[in-house]
Amino acid sequence: MANPLHTSTDVLVIGAGGAGMYAAIDAARQGARVLLIDRSLIGRGGATVMAQMTVAVALGAQTPDHWSHHYADTLAAGRGLCAEPLARLLCEEGPDCIREMDAWGIGWARRDGRIVQAQAPGHDRPRCVYVDFLNTGPAVSKTLRTVVNRTAGIRKAGDLAVVDLIVADGEVTGAAALHLVTGAAVTIAAKATVLATGGLTRLYRRNSASANMGGDGYALALRAGATLVDMEFVQFFPIGHLAPRLIGMDPIMWDPFRYKLGGRLLNGNKEEFTSRYGSDESGKYVLTRDLATYAIIKEVDAGRSSPHGGAYLSFEHCSAAALRAAFGPVIDRLAKNDIDLTRMPVEVAPIAHYHMGGITADARMATNVPGLYAAGEAVGGANGANRLSGNAITEALVFGRRAGRSAAEWAAGIAAQPFRPEVARASLDLIAADGGGAGPNTAEMITKLQATMADEVGPLRDAARLRRALARIEELTVALGERPFGAPTAFDLRRLEWFDLRNMLLVAGAVAATALARQESRGAHQREDFPETEASWRVNQIVHWRDSELALVRNPAAVEMAAQ
Amino acid sequence: MTEHAQLKIWRGVDRAAGRWERYEVPFEPGQSVLDGLRWIRANRDPSLAIRFSCINANACKECMIELDGKTVYACTARLEPREMMLAPLANKPLLRDLVTEIAPPAERLS
Repeated sequence: MANPLHTSTDVLVIGAGGAGMYAAIDAARQGARVLLIDRSLIGRGGATVMAQMTVAVALGAQTPDHWSHHYADTLAAGRGLCAEPLARLLCEEGPDCIREMDAWGIGWARRDGRIVQAQAPGHDRPRCVYVDFLNTGPAVSKTLRTVVNRTAGIRKAGDLAVVDLIVADGEVTGAAALHLVTGAAVTIAAKATVLATGGLTRLYRRNSASANMGGDGYALALRAGATLVDMEFVQFFPIGHLAPRLIGMDPIMWDPFRYKLGGRLLNGNKEEFTSRYGSDESGKYVLTRDLATYAIIKEVDAGRSSPHGGAYLSFEHCSAAALRAAFGPVIDRLAKNDIDLTRMPVEVAPIAHYHMGGITADARMATNVPGLYAAGEAVGGANGANRLSGNAITEALVFGRRAGRSAAEWAAGIAAQPFRPEVARASLDLIAADGGGAGPNTAEMITKLQATMADEVGPLRDAARLRRALARIEELTVALGERPFGAPTAFDLRRLEWFDLRNMLLVAGAVAATALARQESRGAHQREDFPETEASWRVNQIVHWRDSELALVRNPAAVEMAAQ
Repeated sequence: MTEHAQLKIWRGVDRAAGRWERYEVPFEPGQSVLDGLRWIRANRDPSLAIRFSCINANACKECMIELDGKTVYACTARLEPREMMLAPLANKPLLRDLVTEIAPPAERLS
């Protein structure tokens, strides 16, 4: 084969969402040469840009607060499984990152000169900052894009889908990627690499994140020798938009409405129902995500769903003026979708939203493989079995900044570029491979995997469903085969989907296997065959990739912690 | 209630040697043109090249195409029960089918 395109850098950042951009900025500030790449466009394709919600941070701008209170709420929401050093880092450094974003001109909503902090479920006091109207994520992305563009030392390249990390002598030394525009193979030599690829919500049929979040980083990390933690804990957002059909809006948009206006959650008979599951809301918004998801699904199972199979969310008690004051132009966007909240409820249902699990990292964001760091949602552990609302963008910023700094420090200690082209050979052969033949429809295979994950590995689980899922994942893995279908060519989505499925099936298997092994219910993992939370399961499951098989290990450190 | 849109889609990698292909796409009122394109890929022809990321949040700005000669986001343009002509942006370099090079020059591999 022809020599691949090649480039080199000190720090390679894979994924240009909130965490990746902050990592690139901080690595460059430390003096490192940075290459920031994304499978999509720079700063547009991750989860951050879609977040219309709020950011939890103990600023104390309105109500006195301290990071330790935020930390206590984060640990409580995590149902005993949080990686405490990571949760502490998130809460302790959150205010600093939020203030830096403020200095960069993000425009946090203010009242009388002070940053406004809203009350959100699971928090002991008003703690969540935002940008009006429903504009938090786009504002975070735009601000970071602007800073990336004016920071010397950052190169950017979009349309690069990383196929494998390149490991030499046990260290990550760069990456091999598919250049979507041409179909060519690209090698990148890097002294340090940061995975900021986000979560795995694309594994599910209904999800709230972009089509890029297929768990790529988890698969890349596993194959490079890193471990994953807490993979069974997928957060479902309880009130994802279901009906009527709505375009141009993030499906989790109803959360800010509830922060500001309350809103009533009703079953198909227009009755309030959360109190049946031990949680009385009385029109206020206090229910954590795991409990609300459980209540809605149980109500649907009992035959009391709304017409499209979810629950009603009603703001009919709010006046047009109150709605307009809280949401301004968003009310007009709803009107374009024929939605008038003063006279009709909308239908909502749980939707895959965020992954608590991810790559195992320490408080420097270092993985167990030298040269490899992780940032943002790609990191597992900080949020335990259930993430507190508002913590996702905080962790993107805090973990991104820390990962960039750590990667730059590691790179500064390496004199010669450690990359050796011959080590990348197998990955480059795969990128250039012509698997021939028509092959199955890759887009349809992804649809099938999403259906399996939604139906068998959703919020409510049991052994039979999880075993069916594992069998289905195995069938799809066999159908995918060893080589991509057809020859490399320009912007070939089928080829990209083949590589996506290679990652998605590996990660889906890790989620289903850890969910099957955890014989209890805790947070976002609810087993109908094991409905109780068991003290003996206050352990984290660690996933390894050994001899092309997934291996699960229970983390003894957490056991010792629980025993104290 | 299922209706059908007739999507006439420009296909090819060379503007001088392209072709129009027709697809009949079932949809429910309220669905987007991008929903229709994704349906075609999953049910008829996965070789159709389109570009999108956020799917329907109007956040990523990647799915710009020409619909009946006007520039739209495929994720916010609605499917309608009629013939709709979809073409790549005329003022950007063509990559394949409906995909054009929309990244700023400083954000491309070089």
